[in-house]
Amino acid sequence: MTVLETYEKRPKPLAQRLAIFAVVAVLVIWSAAGVEYKGIAAKGSEVAYGIVHGLLHPMTSMIFTTATDGVPYLIMQTIAIAVLGTLIGGLLAIPISFVASGNIVPKWVARIFRALILMIRTIPSLVWALVWIRVTGPGPFCGVLTQSVCSIGMISKMYITAIEDLDTGILESLDASGCNAFQKIRCGVIPQLSASFVSTIIYRFDINLKDASTLGIVGAGGIGAALNQAIASRRWVIVGAFLWALILLVLIIEYFSTKIRARLARGKA
Amino acid sequence: MSQKKIEQKPALFDRIFKPEHIVLENGHTVDRPRSRTPLILICLALVIFWSAKMTGFDLAVVINRGHQLGVILSQIFHPTFSYFEKVKGPLLDTIKMSLLGTIAGCLIGLPVAILSSSNINHNKPTLLLFRFILSVMRSVPTLIMATTFSLIFGLGTFAGTVAIMVFTLGIVAKMLFESIETIDMKPFEAMTSFGATTLQAFWASCMPQILPTYLDDCLYCFEMNVRAASILGYVGAGGLGILISERISWRDYNGLGMVLLSLFILVLLIDLLTDYLRSKLS
Repeated sequence: MTVLETYEKRPKPLAQRLAIFAVVAVLVIWSAAGVEYKGIAAKGSEVAYGIVHGLLHPMTSMIFTTATDGVPYLIMQTIAIAVLGTLIGGLLAIPISFVASGNIVPKWVARIFRALILMIRTIPSLVWALVWIRVTGPGPFCGVLTQSVCSIGMISKMYITAIEDLDTGILESLDASGCNAFQKIRCGVIPQLSASFVSTIIYRFDINLKDASTLGIVGAGGIGAALNQAIASRRWVIVGAFLWALILLVLIIEYFSTKIRARLARGKA
Repeated sequence: MSQKKIEQKPALFDRIFKPEHIVLENGHTVDRPRSRTPLILICLALVIFWSAKMTGFDLAVVINRGHQLGVILSQIFHPTFSYFEKVKGPLLDTIKMSLLGTIAGCLIGLPVAILSSSNINHNKPTLLLFRFILSVMRSVPTLIMATTFSLIFGLGTFAGTVAIMVFTLGIVAKMLFESIETIDMKPFEAMTSFGATTLQAFWASCMPQILPTYLDDCLYCFEMNVRAASILGYVGAGGLGILISERISWRDYNGLGMVLLSLFILVLLIDLLTDYLRSKLS
């Protein structure tokens, strides 16, 4: 009997649930009213058919070639952009994230640098690419610089979390045993941070690889320019070849990055 | 288990570079594996060298022409505030696109995630099929997706919404099936043992466990999608991106600055909102 009584007295958040449901419903209706569906475009079904056809019959002569407009070369270029962009971004983010961590510098200094980081993050990568094109001219080099700046935002956000989790007890005990500042950094700080820093960089490499493939749209090298051109001129067999290469590349990199990061997290380097 | 394996057969690296043999004072011997750092550093240096060659990396260009960087940036940081009147409409469009796309993607993501988690769905072929489709959705860049959808559905917000939906579906479903696979399955098994169907058992025993993570993932996606939605217009899929590409082609970087400033404030507000909702969740 008591079990049933208690069961009857269980919290019944019906009103709360209805309220949440109502809020979500209102939001959906409000946003659906703003998104207009104009039906399928004049040649829409043709495009959809073309994509499916292209994915099923990718142009093999594009895939097995060493020409500079072939798939392998462009994929290599995309990887190269992502590698350099991520590494430079990861290096630049180290000083920035130290001066933006509340446990290293005074709170107000940290806040200023956090605002700076947020600002870097908000400017879309396409705009960064345009800014850098003035410096380098179009080409993969522009992509590298764009990615280095764009990566700073997310990388330093994750660095800061790692830095703020630093175990200061270790530093104090090193202090007590008479270590100087350099030794403290070498044995107390670097071992605590290196694993999470490397893991962050690998994770960002994953993202940058995907981003590098869209930067080409504004002329910053990589596979994006050729892919976008192929879509615009509706040569679906070429689009198919590019897309398969891209999907395969992302899947392979994602697989390895997950593996390496899992190993880093377990503490076996 | 993995430790046993290592004892039986050392890693390839340790077989090539034999571990250092140290004889202690008391006669015991210790094998100290060689450090892998030099090998990793050499590989890294090779990769960096190759990438620099491939991309034509040249630091001198940056140093010599670095002042050009300020030309556009300084104009972006002097926004024309009167331009805000024109930013308002696309800004709302961006919010609407990302909101609708996120909600739709998250709702579809739930059943898909259930079907692609190995502890609920024991049918291997369908499991692999769903996971493959999800990976493909995630690996196609959003801009490319938006380009194709705007060719199919015509230019406008609808194409952007569909692109965001597909992209969200890929991410939410992946994060969700990863958390489904780590939940405690005993309540589920108990319920199936006294005759509940898989769906009933999942709803009553697994849903309460994954709901907080699921909502958290949805919020995370919404945050990300607002940023993503703002550039989709660059390829004609509606929202702020239309203004961004228009301002750029007119070389009106002060106007561009205003667009970016409104985006910045929007992102800041949404960050605050999602942080508040998260604190309510936990």
